[in-house]
Amino acid sequence: MALSGLDIYKHLAKTNCRECGFPTCLAFAMALAKKQTSLEKCKHVSEEARMKLESASLPPMRLIKLGAAEKEVEIGNETVMFRHEEKFYHPAAIGFLLEDSLDDSKFKEKLERINRLKFERVGQLIEVNIIAIKQTKDAGNFVNKVKLASQSSDLAIMLVSDDAASLGKALELLKNKKPIIYSAKKNNLEAFARLAKESGSNLVVSCDNLSDMSELTAKINSLGVSDLILDTGSKPLVQKIQELTQLRRLALIKSFRPFGYPNMVLLEENDLFRELSAASTLLAKYANILIIKNFESWEVLSLLTLRQNIYTDPQKPLQVEPKIYPVGTPGEKSPFLVTTNFSLTYYTVLSEVESSKVASYIMAVDTEGMSVLTAWAAEKFNAEVIAKALEKQNAKDVVKHNRVVIPGYVAAMSGDLEEKSNWKVLVGPREAAGITNYLRNLG
Amino acid sequence: MAIELLKMRWSNAINEVIIGATKQDGGSRSSVVKVGGQMSLPYLSDEGNIPNPPVIAHEIWDVAPADWPEALKEPFSSVLGKPVEWAKKCVKEFKAELLCLRLMGAHSDYGDNSPEKEAQVVKDILKAVDKPLIIIGCGDNEKDNLVLPKCAEAAKGERCLFGNAIQDNYKTLTVACLADGHSIIAESPIDINIAKQLNILISDMGLSAERIVINPTIGALGYGLEYAYSIMERGRLSALNGDKMLAMPYICFVGYEAWRAKEAKASEKEFPAWGKEKERGIAWEMVTSTALLQAGADILVMRHPQAIQEVQKTINQLTGK
Repeated sequence: MALSGLDIYKHLAKTNCRECGFPTCLAFAMALAKKQTSLEKCKHVSEEARMKLESASLPPMRLIKLGAAEKEVEIGNETVMFRHEEKFYHPAAIGFLLEDSLDDSKFKEKLERINRLKFERVGQLIEVNIIAIKQTKDAGNFVNKVKLASQSSDLAIMLVSDDAASLGKALELLKNKKPIIYSAKKNNLEAFARLAKESGSNLVVSCDNLSDMSELTAKINSLGVSDLILDTGSKPLVQKIQELTQLRRLALIKSFRPFGYPNMVLLEENDLFRELSAASTLLAKYANILIIKNFESWEVLSLLTLRQNIYTDPQKPLQVEPKIYPVGTPGEKSPFLVTTNFSLTYYTVLSEVESSKVASYIMAVDTEGMSVLTAWAAEKFNAEVIAKALEKQNAKDVVKHNRVVIPGYVAAMSGDLEEKSNWKVLVGPREAAGITNYLRNLG
Repeated sequence: MAIELLKMRWSNAINEVIIGATKQDGGSRSSVVKVGGQMSLPYLSDEGNIPNPPVIAHEIWDVAPADWPEALKEPFSSVLGKPVEWAKKCVKEFKAELLCLRLMGAHSDYGDNSPEKEAQVVKDILKAVDKPLIIIGCGDNEKDNLVLPKCAEAAKGERCLFGNAIQDNYKTLTVACLADGHSIIAESPIDINIAKQLNILISDMGLSAERIVINPTIGALGYGLEYAYSIMERGRLSALNGDKMLAMPYICFVGYEAWRAKEAKASEKEFPAWGKEKERGIAWEMVTSTALLQAGADILVMRHPQAIQEVQKTINQLTGK
């Protein structure tokens, strides 16, 4: 039975020590009730209270940390089935499967290519997270490849092997790096649980049948390993969607403990487009870790972009700080463009201004993260708002020509804006794609 | 220990909309396309009936598109500007079961073609191919109000799907669809309330709810896809829970949006880190589609034959074909 924030509060020390990161014990209690934090964050709770609160404080899906240092990623701890209900919190980790049969130089070359897979989109760096190394030969070779990977990449490492002895040796190289062991099955349960426990690793549990899976995770949990990841194996795409939906529903809606962990999908698909199709489908439908085999940059760029989209907070559009941004090294005669502070709008404009090679200023107006047309319709991007922004940002001191370029879609406000701001208004193109040409011909 | 799965049961099905009319129904199509009819969230076929798989409509233009990137023009190089040949190529070579004709030539920027000329294009295409047709105006309300009724008349009895009706401009098209036996696309700007309102307005004029398809307006991958994604999910949940004025299939103009994205168009020379441009454009259109399928898309209007082929494979996987 779930406890309310006040129920939980009664059991806390009420010191308001803030060590948990919340301003008060009550705020912490409220967050616990919503399963947004864990009781472990409180150092002052009594053992008796801990017992009572344990069940209420566990998030329905455990938060799992992969990797270490800068490249550490968190997955799981999701709270909803649909992003509009709240948001999806922890972007799925994306990684690549490398076989240890490659010779060292080829293996290194692949690692380097994977390391380079990072892109900047709308002001965020989007990047890949995991290198999965699959054992196909003897322990020595496997360990050597793991060593190479841990030396030349900071990404989290997944060890794909059925041999406990090889894994044990490889794990010694990955102390404190929170690797992932793939995977515990019915027949190696105890040995793999021990490996995970002794090395402090995450453990994938593989089982293609949900009923058996629930028994396995309960058993492993009783052996003292709780950083688990669920893998229901390779299946037709539609079945995968149905299974991942069930895992998530049972964890979040039914608080079914044996499924209260993130899941992973290992796609054994060689064809790039088929792989991308399955990966993008399962990214939308609840995969927490996706391991694929190929890593062409266009493929990874589209997959990471989709992840960025799906995991964006629907209540809080990405915004840039409303101010005047110089592009290149503009001077007082440079063009002065105005747009909204919605990240997508701003960065689209920015990239076009950059490719025009015409040094310019872009003023991002505070539209609470709305795009041009939406903001215009909502009176957040009208003559008055822009005139005020010009004044507030001291635009007159930045350029001396008193000419402002507005988006073509809001051309209708030109007269009004000239009147309210005393700036001369130039109407730019409707779509950002036209900016490059526009600036080059602005003269 | 047996697990008790948590299956959702819904009270209302999405309307089934039929596009195209065979001889039997007073048209001349060799086949019809049925969309909608499902009583389940996307692909959870163990929870409710999903009678019709999503369909892909191949987009063709009456005039040669000016701003399509090379990678997109290339497969159609011999038929651009020849709508009849273009339509035939899609049906014969790319096995299209549904076509979407965009009458861009009516726009003042694209030649300002007369309503009569556009109606003739519609007639010629209906004569040359026997697959069902979606017909879209050029986006200029005034011009569309002149062109689309003429085209509706020219296609009388063929049960085409006409668009786009919008909140400020739906009456003329609704009247035309009523008069000539077509269905309508109701477009709303990523707004579930306007979508519902428009469906009510159109039904109030006498066009039944089973002849309306929702165009929720989408953004491409990386360009606001997630807004449409969530609006579609919200609308679908409401519909399955009983809201009959949202129980329409969704049409998504993926090709139009995806190929405007910088990532679909920019050359590898310009952005070496993004990889090969041809594959990148196809991937952009494909991933936009695969994501929207998961949000409940019923009709995907797409452009590149290879993206279409890949998404069709995905649909087959998802619907067990």
